[in-house]
Amino acid sequence: MTRYVMVADLRRCVGCQTCTAACKHANATLPGVQWRRVLDIEVGEYPDVHRVFVPTGCQHCANPPCMDVCPSTATRQRDDGIVTIDYDICIGCAYCAVACPYDARFKVTDTAFAYGEDAMAHEEKRHDPRRLGVSTKCTFCADKVDAGCAQGLTPGVDPDATPACVNSCIAKALHFGDIDDPDSNVSQVLEENAHFRMHEELGTEPGFYYLWDRK
Amino acid sequence: MTAVGPRLQTAWDWRAAGNFIGGGSGAGLLCAAAIGAVGGGDPRLSTTMALILIAAGLGLVWLEISRPFRFLNVYRQPARSWMTREAYAALPVFAAGATAVWFADPTLTVIAAGFGLIFLYCQARILQAAKGIPTWREPALLPLVIVTGLTEGTGLFVLIAAIGASLPQWAPMLLALWLAARIASGSIYHRRLTDVGCPVRALDELERWKTAFLVLGHMLPFALLALGWLAPPTMGVAAALAAVCAVASGWALKFVIVTRTAHTQGFALLHRPARGPVGSGGGHVKPGWY
Repeated sequence: MTRYVMVADLRRCVGCQTCTAACKHANATLPGVQWRRVLDIEVGEYPDVHRVFVPTGCQHCANPPCMDVCPSTATRQRDDGIVTIDYDICIGCAYCAVACPYDARFKVTDTAFAYGEDAMAHEEKRHDPRRLGVSTKCTFCADKVDAGCAQGLTPGVDPDATPACVNSCIAKALHFGDIDDPDSNVSQVLEENAHFRMHEELGTEPGFYYLWDRK
Repeated sequence: MTAVGPRLQTAWDWRAAGNFIGGGSGAGLLCAAAIGAVGGGDPRLSTTMALILIAAGLGLVWLEISRPFRFLNVYRQPARSWMTREAYAALPVFAAGATAVWFADPTLTVIAAGFGLIFLYCQARILQAAKGIPTWREPALLPLVIVTGLTEGTGLFVLIAAIGASLPQWAPMLLALWLAARIASGSIYHRRLTDVGCPVRALDELERWKTAFLVLGHMLPFALLALGWLAPPTMGVAAALAAVCAVASGWALKFVIVTRTAHTQGFALLHRPARGPVGSGGGHVKPGWY
């Protein structure tokens, strides 16, 4: 089996938001929508204060609460673990948005572009009116992963089969790959480093791992 | 910068709250109408009002969804979604309820009330399944939503009967019982949130409404009902006023829970990352939580 996951190395992330910009460019998401974003968390009290940058987004949970609540079956899970939304049947009830503990779902009802009424080139090319009034979220660039796999490429290794955010990361903080393959890039970094998943206590089994120290 | 701590959700607004208000009151009113019908009363007015309330609630949801002409897709997921199950439960409620009104039949009213209870249960489970909102996913909210619906419904029944000068003796008693159950379940819910932990701002908001809910929603109606029992000629007016308090406080409670205390989970780190080649990581980080 294949189970795609994302790994974020919190020691490496510099909070540059290049992944956020790459995602917006690749998916032409509307203003206010950030399928990939980086949190800037300030921890501690003066003089012992730390900043932690935390890439986040849809965690493609193995047990996704958004899918359980969806009344229309628009939210589904592929065999490789990627959670998808069928924009043609979503009714825009936003139940998934309140069910997601990762604040990863967005619903926009009106068309707007980053710089006013005129769309930029990538917005013109990738703007999808089917995404208006329905729930949207990170897809792990599933179309790109599928197209890459069809060419015999390896997701997470070959850029043409890898999500845009991972390709763009200047610090190599983001990794993507098949956790069910013990030889994959993600299996190896998880083997070598101490890691955790966010809100695991809720039973969602997120497919997004955070590295925080060496083993 | 993206908010890191819990933030008030904006996906569901007063229209969603309206569904829980209309659905809960309607289902509760159906139950009270069924008890009245079994006791020989005429259930038609109460049942009609109940169906109108449930329909109004569902209508508000229809206004909230942004692809309203796809509303039939709500029926596609009975295996998992409580929203789908709520939509299915509404069908026999209306079928049995409308037939009960047409034939003024107590048995059909009881059947409609049974489906109404299922509908109310589904509504409570809708909130509980929303894992992203800590104050909704708390299991103690389930009995609170159900009891609140039954309290509102009984309150409306008392109000209708008092206005029509046909208040049965059992109705104020049942209202008092539901009020007692509501205050108990509300206090358990509040205690569970503080024990288990929830977003600070959600709990602060609940605290802000607590006294008004206790005094206007429970102590005042109890006092009015007590007055009615001590001075029977005043019972009609006292029960009607108590009912208004019970209904209004229930509606306010649901409005507050859906739109004011509905803070998201926020973000948390089990460990702070290690810094430098010999640095060690830090402990747990969970901003905005008790």
